[in-house]
Formats: sequence, structure tokens, C-alpha cells
Amino acid sequence: MSDAGQNGGKPTYVGRSMPRKEDGPLLRGRGRFAADINFPDQLHMRVVRSTFAHGRIVTVDIDAALALPGVRAAWRFADVADIEPIGFRLTGLTALEPYRQTILARDRVRYVGDPVAVVFADDPYLAEDAAEHVAVEIDELPAVLHAGAAPGEFAEGLSSEPTIIRKGYGDVEAAFRDAHAIVSLSLDIGRHSGVALETRGAIARYDAANDMLEMHGAAKVPHWNRDQIARMLGRPRTRVNLFEGHVGGGFGIRGELYPEDVLVCLAALRLGRPVKWIEDRRENLIAANHSRQQTHHVRAAIDRDGHILAIDDEFFHDQGGYMRTHAATVPDLAAAMLPGPYRVPAYRAAGHIRLTNKTPGGTYRAPGRYESTFVRERLIDAVAARVGVDPVEIRRRNLIDRSEMPVARKLETLGTDVVLDSGDYAGLLQKALDGIGWPALQAELARRRQAGERVGAGIGMFVEKSGLGPFDDVRITVDGKGGVEVVTGAASVGQGVETVIAQICADTLGVDYARIDVIHGQTDRIDRGLGAFASRVTVMTGEATRLAATKLRGKALAAAAELMQMPADKLDIVGGEIVPANGAAGPSVGLAEVAGAGLAAEASFESAHMNYPYGVHIAVACIAEDTGRVTIERYLVAYDVGKAVNPMLVEGQIVGGLAQGIGGALYEEFCYDDRGEPLSVTFADYLMPTAREVPRVEVIISEDAPSPLNPMGLKGAGEGGTNAVGAAIAAAIDDALGMPGAITRLPVYPQQIRALVKRKNAETSENV
Amino acid sequence: MSSKSDITLHINGHDHAIRVEPRRTLADAIREECGQTGTHIGCEHGVCGACTVIVDSAPVRSCLMFAVQAAGKAIRTVEGLADGEAMHPMQRAFMDHHGLQCGFCTPGFLMLAVSVLEREPDIGDDDLVDVLSSNLCRCTGYQNIIKAVRAAAAEMRRK
Repeated sequence: MSDAGQNGGKPTYVGRSMPRKEDGPLLRGRGRFAADINFPDQLHMRVVRSTFAHGRIVTVDIDAALALPGVRAAWRFADVADIEPIGFRLTGLTALEPYRQTILARDRVRYVGDPVAVVFADDPYLAEDAAEHVAVEIDELPAVLHAGAAPGEFAEGLSSEPTIIRKGYGDVEAAFRDAHAIVSLSLDIGRHSGVALETRGAIARYDAANDMLEMHGAAKVPHWNRDQIARMLGRPRTRVNLFEGHVGGGFGIRGELYPEDVLVCLAALRLGRPVKWIEDRRENLIAANHSRQQTHHVRAAIDRDGHILAIDDEFFHDQGGYMRTHAATVPDLAAAMLPGPYRVPAYRAAGHIRLTNKTPGGTYRAPGRYESTFVRERLIDAVAARVGVDPVEIRRRNLIDRSEMPVARKLETLGTDVVLDSGDYAGLLQKALDGIGWPALQAELARRRQAGERVGAGIGMFVEKSGLGPFDDVRITVDGKGGVEVVTGAASVGQGVETVIAQICADTLGVDYARIDVIHGQTDRIDRGLGAFASRVTVMTGEATRLAATKLRGKALAAAAELMQMPADKLDIVGGEIVPANGAAGPSVGLAEVAGAGLAAEASFESAHMNYPYGVHIAVACIAEDTGRVTIERYLVAYDVGKAVNPMLVEGQIVGGLAQGIGGALYEEFCYDDRGEPLSVTFADYLMPTAREVPRVEVIISEDAPSPLNPMGLKGAGEGGTNAVGAAIAAAIDDALGMPGAITRLPVYPQQIRALVKRKNAETSENV
Repeated sequence: MSSKSDITLHINGHDHAIRVEPRRTLADAIREECGQTGTHIGCEHGVCGACTVIVDSAPVRSCLMFAVQAAGKAIRTVEGLADGEAMHPMQRAFMDHHGLQCGFCTPGFLMLAVSVLEREPDIGDDDLVDVLSSNLCRCTGYQNIIKAVRAAAAEMRRK
């Protein structure tokens, strides 16, 4: 573990693998996760959920539940009819509004797990018993389970296809008309999701003395959720506070505003007692956001050498029962990011949003990109096969050159224009090939295949996005003892926010890393904040921290200049002491002394554009013919993050993200039967990778292309480990089988591998 | 619902006299009745291992054991690992090797790894990975957990 580095005698922290500030309490069992929060006299909420995928609600009888001793209240839709549906946080198109979710189902249920009623009791076991006593009668309706089928009716007069996301530029028709060849593929990405180890939880209490409503267990976007809860409950936003404790994994799905969050708040107000809700795992797998499920029909127009002339993609996004807070975000990102690192002179995407009778969808780590990278990289591999060049050469021919940067894609997403800010894509590809020893690897794989083994390698390249604005605020205070507090509007989902922000503050301000406390996720500490999503925190909060620390430093030096009778520009702050600059001899004064009763500075960082990290994945896969098992023998990720504040944490993000990508590529899927009954409702059905399935990962963190959009050059690291896993593994399996284009669907199951092996063996024997 | 029983749980050397229904899980009793919330509940069906504690020197999924079954037995939880301010070698190794991110699964991994290494200090590498594959982590991708446990194993053998 590295201690602070040195810069002309001054310790530095940015760029070093500092141990995390977060670890101590978590390792000692002193964390404060949602279930750990209790208030005296609290009630426990239990949600009664639909057991039908689609149906009309006939009756919901709560009398038997209310008759149980210790049950204090039970509600149906009629009891909460005055609460408007949950709104959209991102990409909220007007056409989607009629598809929003009410906090209890109104007249229809639209997925198994749809909240129909809630009960409140003195004890959680009792609340669960009472929920069993709520009698729900539902007239079952046919379930819509395939987004690609003809659209049906969501409600009277409302199609199950609310809108089509259309993006593009250039003359696609002409490109296809004049193409040397056209390569077409149909591809599917399965339904899977973040599935954090901590289930959701929310604890609300109303402090009547101060007329303040509090919700604990917040995550990801506490300020936005505060504003929404206030609006939905008709309260001023200054009379609602949200508090984030420890969060047991986010990955996009945790922390969005869900019906249960609003229900506990409403109950705390109405019932006058604190109300606690902790989700169980079955609920988590059927009620928290799903993600990913799409079907793409994609075509490329190419010239004789395999240069892409145009890409045309039509896809169907399986949204599930309602439009939730992310609205059109996932299909929008899929469409906007599909061109990836390649020159694509003309482009057209049409993304059909389809409501189905499954759990509603939202974002999951690398949303829209895990999907569209799989599609694009499958397409590139198919072009390579068509033209007869290898997967490296086809990519080299099509990659955007670094001399072309920045590149305006003429596409927009998340309210920003897609402008690739910096990147040396071919350079990183070469680093990755060198890292894995590509020529030697190819020779070795050929040798092993010759000997009868089914082994192969695959490449996936991608462009990520990070640092979504439009703003972040930071306030830094030094107290009379020299302690530094950094108050942010960011959120922590376990990624190491406190550590990274403290590193930036320590360097800029000139104080010891250990003296810095970082506050996040507390709406009573800072007026606004955008939270943690879209790999934004290190970039946005990091730069806001640098700006605030710079201001604070200026104030401290100005104050010290008077005390020390020296010009401020001849002074420096080192280890919390104000001293003559450049190690010159002279008097010194402690920051604490200068701070006196308190020294503070605030800054905002605003950014109208995202920035674009990029990466290369290389997978080596071996197939067992008898069982169809795919073993990942080697995996390399090369990722350019512009500037790594803490390389250990960046690597941690990459490897962790990769494990989730492997899940989606080989193991994880939410399956349904033909009535819409979910089949993946325990960890015995929904299979996540264990220590056995995740290989040792070779990670190359590259800093070749700092972002020009912030002075430190930062780009986000959260999603690059996940992005191209499906693409790289699919390509490796193709290669192992010697069947280009064989994999058209994720996850790849052993049954499918066995069928492909059988087909291959039959083909081989025919050719003999 | 059924009548409650009086039992005593011995957790980290302390006695907790509690009154629980027979159906109360050990995990819930440790957390709610005994106030030791370092033991986390991840699935309540014995797959994820977040709730792993040591009962009479064996790793146990406390969501699959009833509190009454653990009465009178020696229970160790994550809160008992450190010796005052001095962390257990396993805790230090997790910190040094970045073996945790969100920290939710961490107590379960710590207790699993400590218990296995106490029983089998010389466990082979492959067997160690096999044991660790019985718990789930969603953040780290396991590589740093494996590194941390290997490092702690070496440290524990030295002692």
C-alpha cells in the first residue's frame, strides 16, 4: 500500500492507491445499512404483491389483515388515490407519462410483484403474516411477454408501444444502395440486472415538533428523491430530508424512487409513527428494476475492404410493466452510443419502447452500452468474416483516428450532444494486444485447437461515457482544530467516493488525507446535488472539490499573509501548515489557527457535455464439449480513464464490473413462463458469478487521453469493466467453435453450446 | 404465531438473554434482539452467505438456523474479530488488498475465511477458492478477496 507521494517535498495523493477511508467501519461491523436503522415505536410495512402478470383488480379485501392483533393499518389503491404516479428523472418524454407507476396498482396489475396493498404492523414477522391475510381477487388477462411481437394495448386507447426513439445522421439509404455488401444480424440480450447484495430499504419518520419528514435508506439520488417525495406529498421541499447511510451496492437500480419509498413516507405522516420497510430477496428479484432486455435487427453497409459506410439498427426494448424514473434512458443510450469507436459515415437507429407484463426496467451499469456494444461488436466481427480479415485488422480499418478528435457524433443523449472529447483508440488496442501477447496467444490457441481443444479469443472495443453534468456543488470547511470537512451533493454506493474526494482535496488544499471528512447523501447538509450515476462523481464532484479547495486555499493564504507579514504568493500549505513556498526557511502558522472559528469556501462545477473514456476487452474462452461449460481462461481489460485518481479503486471498479458482465454473458437471466410467472426468484434460480467463475483479470489502466473538459483530465471508471464483456465472450466462443457469428444471444447457456458443438461436428464429418 | 422461549445467546463472549419465537432466525435474533447489526442478511435462503457467523467454530449461515438452535453455543460475529482497536489480520488484509467495496458481503466473507483458516491453516489454494465460492459478492469480482484471504492465511500461519 502506498503512502503519500512527494512533489518537491510536498506530499501528493492524487494518482496513488491510497487505502480507503470507507473501510474501517465496514470491516468492524459498524456500517449503517438500511436494515440497521431503527427508531423507537416503529411500524413495519409489508407489501402485498400481484401474483398475476396481467389482470383486472376485482377486490382487495384487507379486513382479515386488520383484524390481527398488532396490525395498525392496511391500504389499497383507494387509500392512496390522491398521490400522483412516480415521475421521470431522466429522458422523460411526454408520450411516456400515461405509463408511469402509481404507488399501489390502480385497476390493473401489470407484472407479478406489482404492489396491490400494504399492511403496517408492530413487528416485521407479524406484518408478513398479515399480508398473507389480504385477499386479492384478480381477473387474469393475457400477458404480453415479447417486446418484438405486434404491439397490443396497455390500457384503453394506449398502445403498448408508447414511442420509438429515433436517432441518426447522413444518407443511410444511399449508403446501403451503393454498398459493396450488406451484413445483417438479429441479436438478443437477455433480461438481467444489478442485484445488489443489500436489498432495498426505507425508513421514514415524521418529526412533528419541527414539521420535518425524514427518510433514511436513501441512495444514489437523495436530492432528486427529496424533491419528488415533497411534491407528491404536497410538502415544501424544505420540510423533507433524505439521509443516505451505507449502501450495499448500487449498480443503477438501487436508490431510484420506487413506490415503497413514497409509501413509507406517506405512512409516517399519516400514522404518526416511524415506518420501516426492508425488502426481502424474492421481492428484490421481482420488484426492483430489471434491465438490458432488447432485440436488435442491425445491418451494416460496407465497401470492398470492410470499411463501414452506414449502420442501420432497429431494436425492441422490453420495458416491463411501467415506465419508471429512467423513462427512455436505456434505449436512448443504446441508440446514441451504438456507433462506438468507429467511423460511421451514416447512421440510423429506431428503438421501439415496448411495455410488457414483466418487472419494469431501468438502468444497470453501462446501460444501453452493454447491449449496443454486443450488437456493434458482433456486427464488426461479422464484417470481418465477410471480408476475410481478422478481428484486429477490421477494427483498425474502422477506428476513429486520434487526429480526428474531438468528434461530434451528430447524436444527442441525456440532454447533451455526443462529442467524443479525446481518445487514441488504435493506441489502446495495441496496448491491449501487447498486454495479452496477441500473436503468441493466437499461435498457442491454434496449437491447442489442432490438438482437439475448443479454445478461442475474442475482442470487444467500446466507448463509454462519464461525467454527466450539468452541475455539482461542494463546500469545504476547516475547523479550529484543523479538521477539514468536504460537503458534497454526491452519493456513495460503495465505490469509494470519500477516498477519491479526500485525495483531491488533500492535494489541492495542502492538508493531510487523514484529516479530511467527506459528506455525501445528506439533503440537510447541502441544498442541491445530483448524486451518483452515469460515472459522474469523480469527474463532477471531483472538479467541484478542486475548485472549492483552490478558493479555500486562497482565503487561507490571504489571511496568513497578514499574520506572517509575507506576500500570499510566497506562501504554500503543506500538511495543514502554512509555510514559505518552495521549502524556504521562515515562520509557519497552522491552518487551524488561521481558520479560527471557521474558514469555508464553496464552488460549483458546471459541464454541458459528458466525456468519453474508452476501452478494449480481450477474452480467452475454453469450451467443454461434454457439458457445454464455458471457462474464461484469461481476460484483459485496457481502459483509458484520462487520469486515475486512485488506481487501486479504478482497477476494483473494472474487475467488479467485469464480474457483472460475465454474469450477463453466461449465467444471469430473469426468466418467465408463458403466463408471465417469474422463474428467477431466488439466488438458486438467478445465478450470479462466484469466485469460481470470475477469472484473474489483467488490467491496463491507461491515461493517454485526459479529458479536455476538466483541468485534471478526469473521466469516469465505473462502467468500462462491464461494457464489452458480452461482446468479447461471444467472440471468444465463436472462435473456440470455429463458427463465426454463432453466438447471437446473451446469456450463452451450456445447452446452446452443446447444440452448436453438435452442429459443428456434423458439418466437419460431412466435409470429410 | 407461537409462544416465545427464553434463551441465552453467547455472542463474542457476552451473554444475551432474549425472548424469541421458535421461528425467529439466528440472523434476526443477533441483529434485532442482540443489537449486533454487523451480521447482514442478503437472501434469507442460504445462498449468498452474507449472514455467515461462526457457531462452535463452524461457519454457519445464520439465516438458516433458528435462534433457539444456537442457544448455549459459542457464537462469533464480525464485531468480535478485532482485538480492541487492533484489527484481525483478515480485516487488515481486506483493507490492504481492496477486498471490499460496498462492504455488505464483507462480514460474511471475513467470518467464513477466518473460520476455515482456523480449522485448516494449510488449506490449498484451489480448495480455498472453492470455499470462498460459497459466498456472493457483487462489487469486487472476488480477485481482491482471494488475494486478501491468501495474505491473511500467511499472516495467521506466522502467528
